[in-house]
Amino acid sequence: MNKPLALPGAIQSLVQGDRVHRDLYLSDEIFALEQSRFFSRAWTYLGHASQVPNPGDYLTQDIAGRPLVMVRQPDESIKVLYNRCAHKGTQLVSDACGNVGKFFRCPYHAWTYKLDGAPLAVPLRNGYEGTRLRECESGAGMVALRHVAVYRDFVFVRLSERGLAFDEYFGEVLHAIDNMVDRSPSGKLTVAGGAMRNVVNCNWKMYLENINDTVHPMSTHESATHAASELWKGRPADEPKPMAMEQILPFGAGYDFFDKMGGRIFPHGHSVLGVNFSIHSSYARLPEYEQAMREAHGEARAADILQRSPQNSVLFPSLSVKGSPQAIRVIRPLSASRTLIEAWAFRVDGAPDLLFERSMTYNRLVFSPMSVVAHDDVHLFESMQRGLRADGNEWVSLHRDHRPGEFDPPTQTTNGTNELLMRNQFRAWLALMSADEASDA
Amino acid sequence: MSPAPQIEFTESAVQGFIEHEAALLDDARLDEWLNLFAPDGHYWVPLQGAKQADPWSHNSIAYEDLLLLRLRVERLKNPRAHSQHPPSQCQHVLQRPHLERMDAVSGTATVRTAFVYVEARGEEQLVLAGRCRHELRCMPEGIRIQLKRVDLLAPERPLPAVQLFI
Repeated sequence: MNKPLALPGAIQSLVQGDRVHRDLYLSDEIFALEQSRFFSRAWTYLGHASQVPNPGDYLTQDIAGRPLVMVRQPDESIKVLYNRCAHKGTQLVSDACGNVGKFFRCPYHAWTYKLDGAPLAVPLRNGYEGTRLRECESGAGMVALRHVAVYRDFVFVRLSERGLAFDEYFGEVLHAIDNMVDRSPSGKLTVAGGAMRNVVNCNWKMYLENINDTVHPMSTHESATHAASELWKGRPADEPKPMAMEQILPFGAGYDFFDKMGGRIFPHGHSVLGVNFSIHSSYARLPEYEQAMREAHGEARAADILQRSPQNSVLFPSLSVKGSPQAIRVIRPLSASRTLIEAWAFRVDGAPDLLFERSMTYNRLVFSPMSVVAHDDVHLFESMQRGLRADGNEWVSLHRDHRPGEFDPPTQTTNGTNELLMRNQFRAWLALMSADEASDA
Repeated sequence: MSPAPQIEFTESAVQGFIEHEAALLDDARLDEWLNLFAPDGHYWVPLQGAKQADPWSHNSIAYEDLLLLRLRVERLKNPRAHSQHPPSQCQHVLQRPHLERMDAVSGTATVRTAFVYVEARGEEQLVLAGRCRHELRCMPEGIRIQLKRVDLLAPERPLPAVQLFI
């Protein structure tokens, strides 16, 4: 393209209705704009409340290149602060998680802060008398984020003053979180088992698009599913499968299966894939647990929860949810060509340990750095990142089932192989990237 | 399990076994490598490394029985294992295996081996370090692996794809 991004319409020209320009994946300049606009204006998943159960418990996380710390307050609420000392910028805490006690204390010059970031004390206080410290940012303590939402223990942040309110931004797709949380008869999930962390040399959009890509498993994962079905060949159909086989074999389902599972789009880039069924629908039933669910939620709601096991629900652009097995993936963009993917599992309060085992097993088989399923995905993402540098075609095709005017209505259900779910993401991307064309403070 | 007298089960035999096991991986003789496992043996890379108690209370980077190990080996033979174009190669650099425990009566031993593992593919090279703990069993057909536990340094950090066997 080589058109300066500052020119009016430059970003819009990179996103067409049925295709997007390669600069969205390759350009460092676009990534810098994403950090200042898109990832700042969007609501991003930070962490889960169960990771900071007690006052003083904290969790550190970079979002859009900014260092954040989520901390449990004395009144049990959760605050998110910028993880920098008001003095010279030292990070107040540098572990992934821990407990700071009753206050933050900077390890460099011992400036201290309450858990909500308010300044507490500095050494040699007299030295600041008559100075402007109190009137400026450095005297105001740690900066707390103004836009933090805790939805059923899932903590989201919006960095920018611009952007939609939480409920308006996510809307109906929040039911995907409900579907997972309500698999606990008491409505309580706890992060457990640790996170799989994968660093992939590709743009974050490739990973996110692939979460909604139903046409790749047959060819991408052929080697893994072929090996699995060969090993399982000849067994009676009704023989109970080991959990690993139960989870891997459905990856080999055909185009028809993936098309019929259906998908749904929502405004602002969100989606649910597998509204009718998914590769997770045929896990072994658990009668006692189902009874506990009926007692907790009533017949109709319990049936509704248990019959819905979408393939992936995307809370654009940072979170992908699997209601069953209870697992989430978090997309953490690092640069234009580097992305961190985390996969987390949950313990389900009031449910048998088998659900936790399913959650961990799935993450281990499919999202571990040693996963035989993920190896081929990762290779192909990194392959695209290199291949897009080729001349002769600067565009990425998203034509499958494209129709002009297709976003009316903005919430709609479609066939599972329609690339509408991806086009919907780019529509939302463009809206947040181009709104007002100005970077946010 | 009674000991198998015809199999040499000594410190030096066990050390030789550990070196042989790594050499089979480095030479990509994976079917022979699979044969080193007891029928109920496991390969385990805990996500918390050396401090992890068990594979059930916390997740693992890998926890595989023979069925899953075989799946991994069979997949690698498939020309459509896309991530193996170009193919990965590995090299284990082992410290001298240290015999932590050996019980001639039950025919079992525990061996700890510090390692550096290098996996190279195309222009990329990945280096991992840590220590292995082998739970070995002396069986009539030879020494077999009951459990190969691989404790990595900082296993919870972001990792690229690790495609072969550490």
